[in-house]
Amino acid sequence: MPGPLPDLVLTWQLDGLGAFFAALIAVVSGLAAVYAVGHRSHGPGFRGSGLLFALFVLSMVAVVLAADAFSFLAAWETMSLASFGLVLTDHRRSDVRRSAWMYVVMTHTATAFIVVAFLTLARATGSLSFADWSARSSGLDATTASLVFVLGLLGFGTKAGMIPLHVWLPRAHPVAPSHVSAVMSGVMIKLGIYGLVRLTFDWLAAGPAWWGSLVLILGAASAVLGVLYALMEHDLKRLLAYHSVENIGIILLGLGTAIVGRSLGLPGIVALGLTAALFHVANHATFKALLFLGAGAIDGAVGTRDIERLGGLIRRMPGTAICFLIGSAAISALPPLNGFASEWLTFQALLSLGRSGVNAATALLPLLAGGALALTGALALACFVKAFGVSFLALPRSPRAAAAHDASVLELVPMATLAAACVALGVGASPTVALIGALVPSATLGGGLALGPFDTSSGRLALPGIALALACVGGLAAAAPRLLGRVSTRVGETWACGVTLHPIHGYTSTAFAKPIRLMFRGIVRPVRDVEIVRRAGTRFAASIRYRAQVAPVFERYVYRAVTETLVLGAHLVRRAQNGSLQTYLAYLFVALLATLVLAR
Amino acid sequence: MSEAWTVAGSAIAQLVLFVALAPGVNGVVKRMKAALQGRNGPPILQPYFDLMKLLRKDTVVSEHASAITRWAPIVYASAFATAALLVPALWWPAPLGGWGDAIAIVGLFALARVALALAGLDAGSAFGGMGSSREVAVAALAEPALLLALLAVGWRTGGTDISSAGLWVNDHAAAVLAPSQLLALVAMFVAVIAETGRVPADNPDTHLELTMIHEGMLIEYSGRPLGVLVWATLVKQLTLFSLLIALFVPFGMARAALDAPLAIAAFGAKLLLLAAVMAVVESASAKLRILKLPELLGAASALAVLALVAELVVG
Repeated sequence: MPGPLPDLVLTWQLDGLGAFFAALIAVVSGLAAVYAVGHRSHGPGFRGSGLLFALFVLSMVAVVLAADAFSFLAAWETMSLASFGLVLTDHRRSDVRRSAWMYVVMTHTATAFIVVAFLTLARATGSLSFADWSARSSGLDATTASLVFVLGLLGFGTKAGMIPLHVWLPRAHPVAPSHVSAVMSGVMIKLGIYGLVRLTFDWLAAGPAWWGSLVLILGAASAVLGVLYALMEHDLKRLLAYHSVENIGIILLGLGTAIVGRSLGLPGIVALGLTAALFHVANHATFKALLFLGAGAIDGAVGTRDIERLGGLIRRMPGTAICFLIGSAAISALPPLNGFASEWLTFQALLSLGRSGVNAATALLPLLAGGALALTGALALACFVKAFGVSFLALPRSPRAAAAHDASVLELVPMATLAAACVALGVGASPTVALIGALVPSATLGGGLALGPFDTSSGRLALPGIALALACVGGLAAAAPRLLGRVSTRVGETWACGVTLHPIHGYTSTAFAKPIRLMFRGIVRPVRDVEIVRRAGTRFAASIRYRAQVAPVFERYVYRAVTETLVLGAHLVRRAQNGSLQTYLAYLFVALLATLVLAR
Repeated sequence: MSEAWTVAGSAIAQLVLFVALAPGVNGVVKRMKAALQGRNGPPILQPYFDLMKLLRKDTVVSEHASAITRWAPIVYASAFATAALLVPALWWPAPLGGWGDAIAIVGLFALARVALALAGLDAGSAFGGMGSSREVAVAALAEPALLLALLAVGWRTGGTDISSAGLWVNDHAAAVLAPSQLLALVAMFVAVIAETGRVPADNPDTHLELTMIHEGMLIEYSGRPLGVLVWATLVKQLTLFSLLIALFVPFGMARAALDAPLAIAAFGAKLLLLAAVMAVVESASAKLRILKLPELLGAASALAVLALVAELVVG
């Protein structure tokens, strides 16, 4: 067995997969940087964070360029620490410090898993170089490979925000400055996906089918739970953060399909699933970055991210409104935008996997995942009708919302660029998919698997055609009634049963989500708290306080058990630390003896 | 080039057919419902008179409404009309079937839903918000049921292409009574009821604010834009009816010009039958409380999954 670091030389290499991710990082970070310059209401910590931001972007690019485990981990850690610093930008607030702390703990736990996975691989293959891992992957025994897979899934899954490892995401994203949130959500969490793709298609040989099935199950759970929790939120950036969990779930559905396909030896399915996953990676990077920048513009203009206190912004902030609407439509998977294109491809991948079914049982999982994807899409739509409708439409529900001003040009230009990208990637889905296929050549995929052209005989989609049809028919619908003559338009009041319309008549975020909250109460476990103070001696209420929230299920049932075990362990260890020099000398002696016996 | 003209001609023909026929179908359903309930009911052509009147009327727009209110009817109508062109009705294949499949239909429905739900929120009234909120909640349950049912039916022919799924059933008449087909039919029928806003999911005739879903979102519309919205909703209903027909009883649809008389007769007869079924269902059941809907639509999704299982097991 070679030494731990046989030749400590940092090696770098750019291949198609790396180039794809590097391009995304460059575009999103560049636009976010322009936005940051134009943003008006930076917190006091913003000065000086520019260097950290540059380091963050550089380290992300280094992650996808790394050609050996050591460079990868060095870049990965730099990325984690730089982003930790950026989350801490507004460090004078205690909630920011708590969230950042949570983030740094989770991200280091993730790194720990990745380190163990890398060391296991290094030990099994005798090298730290990724090229050697790839070349020697078939020599790994099944147990080691599965161990590495599970460790990698835990490590990279945490970074990606996969349920149940997502808890850091809805905490860290809202407190970071918006351009940082955009980059973290748009591209940084995708590097978890990058790691998973490398792990399952490059470093490891084809594994048993349960690998992919596990990814499919986790993907479906992330997608559905992510969007349900998003619906329950009224903090705009927390809502978006939960949508990142959802979209990572959708990406994992494509990736899981590809992994199962590889296990079963079906190259067509691999190509379809991987293309769907990578296409959704690109699409999510565009619309999620756009939405975070939009949320930042609102925060800057109104001074709050609480949807309940927004309203009517479409009149005050038309530029932001149009961009946010396009982003919302894209993330809700509406044709002809890009979110629809990649979700369509994910459906096709799941369906092809189901149809290729070796037996009925393997066919059912992808189909149930397809059902979960349909549910996710419909719930995401509900959530963005809420996010856009309650923030931008109706009457302003706070004085500052009524006095908001639109974002500056330097903020609007990056948003408009990303909005244009949402349209372009949707209408131009076919060339984009071909480009992804060309960027990720068979060399990186091991085993001679190539992306695209894949079999699309199962279904057909031509978004340029759909867009054309929509435009033509829309024009007809607008023009045809005019043949019946001119009609006039009069401005009147909104009908409010005869009373004067008041901002509180409009639907709030909590009210809007209520039917869904009740329909899915078994999952989200809403808690409602009504406090009625009555006037003395009457049945009439003097004041009513209503509070609704959802129980933090994962924190309560999963993480509390983990932290309690850790604290218990710490207490046990503390007994050994009694401060007496003799005891420590005894420990040293025992340790020496043990070393001599074991290493004899 | 001639192929492009064929597609364009076919699309225009189907568009005209659907736009012209859609109000009549609703008139028939209303007439049948009235007959079942012992009333005379309005004339079958009444929806046309109503629409013509609405389209000629001036409109009142809320002072709080934004551009969303102005654009929503156009987007709504164009999404449904485009979806109508993805479904085969009188002839094979669907005019724009090469551009979009079952998932595209569901996506276009979603586009229309977003347009109208946002319009419901636009004017700041509680009724509009109520309608939007309920609409998206019901749709969240109906959409998986619809999509799973579509996948179950299309399973044999590759899944999502409507025309090939329908043609397969057309060529295998015995398959109409296959367990998977029947289960999928029930699932899709329930989803269609929810999507068309009929009892027991919603009530198309109610204007009682607290119970309505679809009508709630329309409350601020009047005159010509309301006419466009109502007409588009009728086109959506006809699209869903045609989808049921094309996937479950597609027999008699034209493959050549000579088949036209038979195709028209068959399509008309099947639409009449479907209208009768809808009238019976609407007359025989009461509107469900909205919180009971998950049970109904969840059952529909479960049936769709069962249809897939039946397809996988029986073959």
